[in-house]
Amino acid sequence: MSSTASTQAGQKAQSLTLVEAIQDGLYTEMAQDDSVVVLGEDVGKNGGVFRATDQLYEEFGEDRVIDTPLAEAGIVGASIGLSQTGMKPVPEMQFMGFMYPAFDQIVSHAARLRSRSQGQYSVPMVIRAPYGGGIRAPEHHSESKEAFFVHEPGLKVVSPSTPYDAKGLLAASIHDPDPVIFLEPKLIYRAFREDVPTKPYEVSLSEAAVRRDGSDISVYTWGAMTRPALIAAENLSQSRGIDAEVIDLRTLSPLDTETITDSFKKTGRAAIVHEAPKTGGLGAEIATTIQEEALVHQEAPIKRIAGFDAPMPLHSLEDYYLPQAVRIQDGIRETVEF
Amino acid sequence: MNMKNEAGSKDVPAAVREDSDIVQILDAEGDVLPQASVPDISDRQLLELYETIKLARHFDQRAISFQRQGRLATYAPMTGQEGSQVATSLALAEQDWLFPTYREHAAKYAHGMDLASLFEPLRGHREGYAIPEDVNVMPEYIPIATQVPQAMGMAWGHKLQGKTDTAVLCHLGDGATSEGDFHEGLNFAGVFDVPAVFVCNNNQWAISVPRERQTASETIAEKAQAYGIDGVRVDGLDPLAVYKVASEALEKARNPGPGELRPTLIESVQYRFGAHTTADDPSVYRDESEEEVWRDRDPVDRIETYLYNEGILDSDLESEIQDRIEQEVSEAIETAEQTETSPDNIVEHVYEDVPARLEQQRDELNRLREKYDDGAFSEVLE
Repeated sequence: MSSTASTQAGQKAQSLTLVEAIQDGLYTEMAQDDSVVVLGEDVGKNGGVFRATDQLYEEFGEDRVIDTPLAEAGIVGASIGLSQTGMKPVPEMQFMGFMYPAFDQIVSHAARLRSRSQGQYSVPMVIRAPYGGGIRAPEHHSESKEAFFVHEPGLKVVSPSTPYDAKGLLAASIHDPDPVIFLEPKLIYRAFREDVPTKPYEVSLSEAAVRRDGSDISVYTWGAMTRPALIAAENLSQSRGIDAEVIDLRTLSPLDTETITDSFKKTGRAAIVHEAPKTGGLGAEIATTIQEEALVHQEAPIKRIAGFDAPMPLHSLEDYYLPQAVRIQDGIRETVEF
Repeated sequence: MNMKNEAGSKDVPAAVREDSDIVQILDAEGDVLPQASVPDISDRQLLELYETIKLARHFDQRAISFQRQGRLATYAPMTGQEGSQVATSLALAEQDWLFPTYREHAAKYAHGMDLASLFEPLRGHREGYAIPEDVNVMPEYIPIATQVPQAMGMAWGHKLQGKTDTAVLCHLGDGATSEGDFHEGLNFAGVFDVPAVFVCNNNQWAISVPRERQTASETIAEKAQAYGIDGVRVDGLDPLAVYKVASEALEKARNPGPGELRPTLIESVQYRFGAHTTADDPSVYRDESEEEVWRDRDPVDRIETYLYNEGILDSDLESEIQDRIEQEVSEAIETAEQTETSPDNIVEHVYEDVPARLEQQRDELNRLREKYDDGAFSEVLE
């Protein structure tokens, strides 16, 4: 892993993977603000099971990069308490599939301390968690349960798809006055590199990104599915002249309704790609938002290309479960040729 | 190798020193300790214990090597912990139930699961999770400590139905004792006085977090006190001691004495010789010299020495056993490598019947598989 900003002084940007950009983002924020602390299982000496907190323990010490007992409710509950003292905790949940013991703390308290106290108290905290499938992981290690958290008012939910965005969205999340669930697509933790500025910067939590301009159909996605969606769009452009616009939502809650509907008003068609199960997934919310805001522009049924309404299978079948470029292409064609 | 010479008295890990409150029968070499009482086990049972431990060690080595070759996905090694796993399972009666975690491969095998089914999930096939009807083993638990209240509940169900001859043995790790489910499960176990035995495999490490950082308690066994049940510490690298402690706890679960509660928390003091899983690198967070000290107490060597001392084992029998276990593990690997799972399996067993909506999703997948070829689905997503 490329080292921290301290050893890169003078350089304006470094070529980083997504997980390195997260590490760099944590480093940058911790160096600027003593109140930022990282805590969780194996985040300290071990540097995180995916190395997302690599070197932070050595750099900032055991009082700011804290190995906790194995207890997710404890980690999040303690973080809520820490946040009341002016500290900015960045707890890590080792895998999204292991967040559930903390669910009560997140939805009953982190999400609503602001409203319960009528604005007197708030919970500035960023809960980081690797999520999603495709890495041949054991059972319970591949979940995409963003919809649970999107459904909870008071939480912001963020998922980066590039190293640049990872660092900028993480900074914005840490600076945000409200609790943020920061979901890291572990499939693309090390998939590619990108220039990431060494200086601090933010990527707004209220703007989706248009990754590819197009006029025939709007493809909405986020996280690790952004890459196969872009590949599918490129393939269809070359093979069939279909011009797809690809929108990476980046922040899943609150949704950037404006970018979503503006694109749809232009194309009149939509496909939504997510690896979470189809039923009750965020795709349903996006489709309905489009119907509410832009029905008169609609030229075809809105297509959802999603995971199955079934538990994530073990790795021999995960390629069939996840939306591959081939499924996305087929879904886009069907919608455009409707 | 002077380590070995010095190990005798000085380099005994503090957690298993004879003067600590811990049940031990064999010393580090495998000789019976003075004053220790060897449990009443037949020669046949002792050989079964030995052979199963040896098989577990071989299974573990093959699995680690297969993972490195890319033939298995992430594997949680059990080196050093086989003795306790096998001894606890052999203490079970056939009707007893076992709640294993992701590391209790040998415990599952020793309570009736076949070896091939242990390899299948590691090759990405859920078929290995389909446990035969006559085998009383739950699928392995991966989310930490979640099995504890469930094991309590099963034991409770047996008790409510007057079947207290059936005990439940629930494995957990030292890390699990920090989770809320541990507290809730043990608290219920005490309150409802259920026939359950909880075995905490304290291997000193929860991935990178040492036991000392998991709890400020001196021992894990002492946590039992808070629930009003018995807590026992045993040398988990001493298969005879583990067998004795587990047998006594199971007997008490079935037939408690006057004033005794049925449940027991056993702290089986062990050491994780290897990595947490094949995806982990312990050299990042712990000193190798710590491992060396524990390696001197290897359960395989101790039980082997004991059997030689007792004249139950000789070199001919040892090599006969070695051949047999190697053959059995090889056959299991061959069987597991032939397992194929149809993509239809994604929608199966989610409910008793496949709902129409899920049938549609399966049909859509199969339409795409026919239209394109299966290779199109294995294109790397990245």
